Amino acid sequence: MSLTTRRSRLAASALAAITALGGLAACGNDDEPVAGEKPSKLIVDTFGEFGYEELIKQYEKDTGIKIELRKTAQLGEYRPKLVRYLATGKGAGDVVALEEGILNEFKSNPRNWVDLAPLVDDHSEDYLPWKWELGKAPDGRLMGLPTDVGSLAVCYRKDLFEAAGLPTDRDAVSALWPDWDSFLETGRAYKEGSGGKALIDSITAVSDASLFQQGDDLFYDKENNIIADTSPAVKAAWDTAISMVDISAKAATWSPEWSTGFKRGSFAATFCPSWMLGIVAENSGEANKGKWDVAAVPGGGGNWGGSWLAVPAQSSYHEEAAKLAEFLTSATSQVEAFKAKGPLPTHLEALQDEVFLSYTNEYFSDAPTGKIFGASVSKIEPIHLGPKHQAVKENAFGLALRAFENGQASEDEAWQQFTKDAQTQGAF
Amino acid sequence: MSHSTTAAPPTPTAPPPPGDTPKRWRLSLARLDLRYSPYLYIAPFFLVFGIFGLYPMLRTAWMSLHDWDLIGDRTFIGLDNYTRLLSDEYFWNALINTFGIFALSTVPQLLLALFLANLLNRTLLRAKTFFRMAIFIPNVVSVAAVAIVFGMLYQREYGLVNWLLGFVGIDQIDWDGQTWSSWTAIASMVNWRWTGYNTLILLAGMQAIPRDLYEAAEIDGAGQWRQFWRITLPLLRPTFIFVVILSTIGGMQLFTEPLLFANGNIIGGAQREFQTLAMYMYEMGITNLNSAGYGAAVAWALFMVIGLMSLLNFVLVRRAAK
Repeated sequence: MSLTTRRSRLAASALAAITALGGLAACGNDDEPVAGEKPSKLIVDTFGEFGYEELIKQYEKDTGIKIELRKTAQLGEYRPKLVRYLATGKGAGDVVALEEGILNEFKSNPRNWVDLAPLVDDHSEDYLPWKWELGKAPDGRLMGLPTDVGSLAVCYRKDLFEAAGLPTDRDAVSALWPDWDSFLETGRAYKEGSGGKALIDSITAVSDASLFQQGDDLFYDKENNIIADTSPAVKAAWDTAISMVDISAKAATWSPEWSTGFKRGSFAATFCPSWMLGIVAENSGEANKGKWDVAAVPGGGGNWGGSWLAVPAQSSYHEEAAKLAEFLTSATSQVEAFKAKGPLPTHLEALQDEVFLSYTNEYFSDAPTGKIFGASVSKIEPIHLGPKHQAVKENAFGLALRAFENGQASEDEAWQQFTKDAQTQGAF
Repeated sequence: MSHSTTAAPPTPTAPPPPGDTPKRWRLSLARLDLRYSPYLYIAPFFLVFGIFGLYPMLRTAWMSLHDWDLIGDRTFIGLDNYTRLLSDEYFWNALINTFGIFALSTVPQLLLALFLANLLNRTLLRAKTFFRMAIFIPNVVSVAAVAIVFGMLYQREYGLVNWLLGFVGIDQIDWDGQTWSSWTAIASMVNWRWTGYNTLILLAGMQAIPRDLYEAAEIDGAGQWRQFWRITLPLLRPTFIFVVILSTIGGMQLFTEPLLFANGNIIGGAQREFQTLAMYMYEMGITNLNSAGYGAAVAWALFMVIGLMSLLNFVLVRRAAK
């Protein structure tokens, strides 16, 4: 044990010395990649589960380049690591996965990233258009190739719906709420039928869903000025969320009220990005297996989360890294990754794939989740998210809505809080 | 140089050189040892402190004079971050929250600790060691576990606290939705965790008080209460100052409990009801990548607040004891 640690420490210091030398050598040509030299190894950084294990083995066999996959379990631990790599200019992998919020934030310093467009084939028509557009930095460079998508559906409790006199079949339920007005009507009907119970967990879940459906500039305009107080799309999502306060259980996502709410049936429906299915199942427990089902989201389509693959400028092998990213985001790779770990494809061909479309989820009454989620993402129009979209959405928009929902602020006060905080959270 | 050549230890075969050179050499070595080796012994600490304490502090001070983007550009802006701090509503809010939670946690905590330490110090108490160990256990529990359990206790609908309050006719309290209730909930976590720790330190201080003082007082007819006021408290003063300063530093840096109480949101409540200074520092310095310089300024403000508070405590406790 002590021998191995000593040896690895030795190796680490040797490595540090080599990197220092490399840094000196690199001084002359700035951050230009080493040209014409085949890399001995490429490093891929991901968080959570991307399902790349088998794909990487295949790529190693095809190209002879060794690839190391560095996985970080939690996004919360992954982000600070990335920030450290970028702040110090070393340590990042050659290909790194960027989650939606991180990608937008990192866009304000596009120089940290390689423009992939000249290094890979033209894929501009291959992916969901909005997903492709979001991968571009404000200066026009292609920062990321699309991997997966959050895609949105509604998870609902069949038993509670039945008890309240509502239909339980997933197609009939989807037909209940083609838009948000009819969703509110359904909520009222549920409340009446169940003796005053809430249909949804919180109004912030509604705002998250409806923001993405607006197909317009949200908190920022195209020049990345904050337009939170004047943007019609933001106001529309705000109004939709506010209108739902009567049918909400006031249990903010991730709060203890929320996780117990699943077991207690405090709410009969929640908005489910594809990755949320596992969390719903875990919170609800074995006892509620088969009681949940999945229906379409009101307003047609939605997204929450999803990632891109990017190549940091500090990588020594821009071209090879870009080729690897291109391989990992291809249609066949996306289907393989989906089969392995379940991230939803964004490649148009992969979305048509038979394996994907026929996928069902056992916990959720064998709902054809592949088909439902695939349909949901295809309906989204391209939108523009500014650099600090995530911070504005969560810490200004979401918290103001929560203050209103908790009864801490009137609608006007909450709106004031939002527009004020949008300025501070969104400044960059 | 010449000294070192004369000071070379003589070989055993050589005849002792004239005069008392080895003795003198040994003497000067002993003197050197006496004078300098203590510095050598404490040097490792200062070395480590220099690298992990002093350097980050100076670096933070340097950062606070810049408009600093963690992953982008930085420009020198002098004291602008500090002037901005003075008119920053959220900074003052965080400061007030920190003091509020600090007051709610430290005052009852120290009073309770004093009371418990006095109980444990009684000669008549049975199973002393057991009680002394038991009282320390909360401090060993991981803070994340504490925060998660307390988060469940303080749930709005299914929480134990609201359920118990229901029996005495108190309506459901939205613990994280109001300032006073969130402060109380967080303070209760801190109190639960640190009361035992402070009790043990105070107990150690009490045991250092000579027994014969109490015996003499008893012979003179002083009761338990009087002994406590006249002997225990005055002689406990140095320990008490120590405990107060420690609690102050801990209270000012409060971070994990409120963060987990907010389910990991760095803002601390929908309207920043319980965002502490340390959380605001983290929000500005780490969560917001492009305001790292401002975050550094918040860190230095926090440092100064702690310094001032410690000084104030020191003066107050000393004067009160007089």
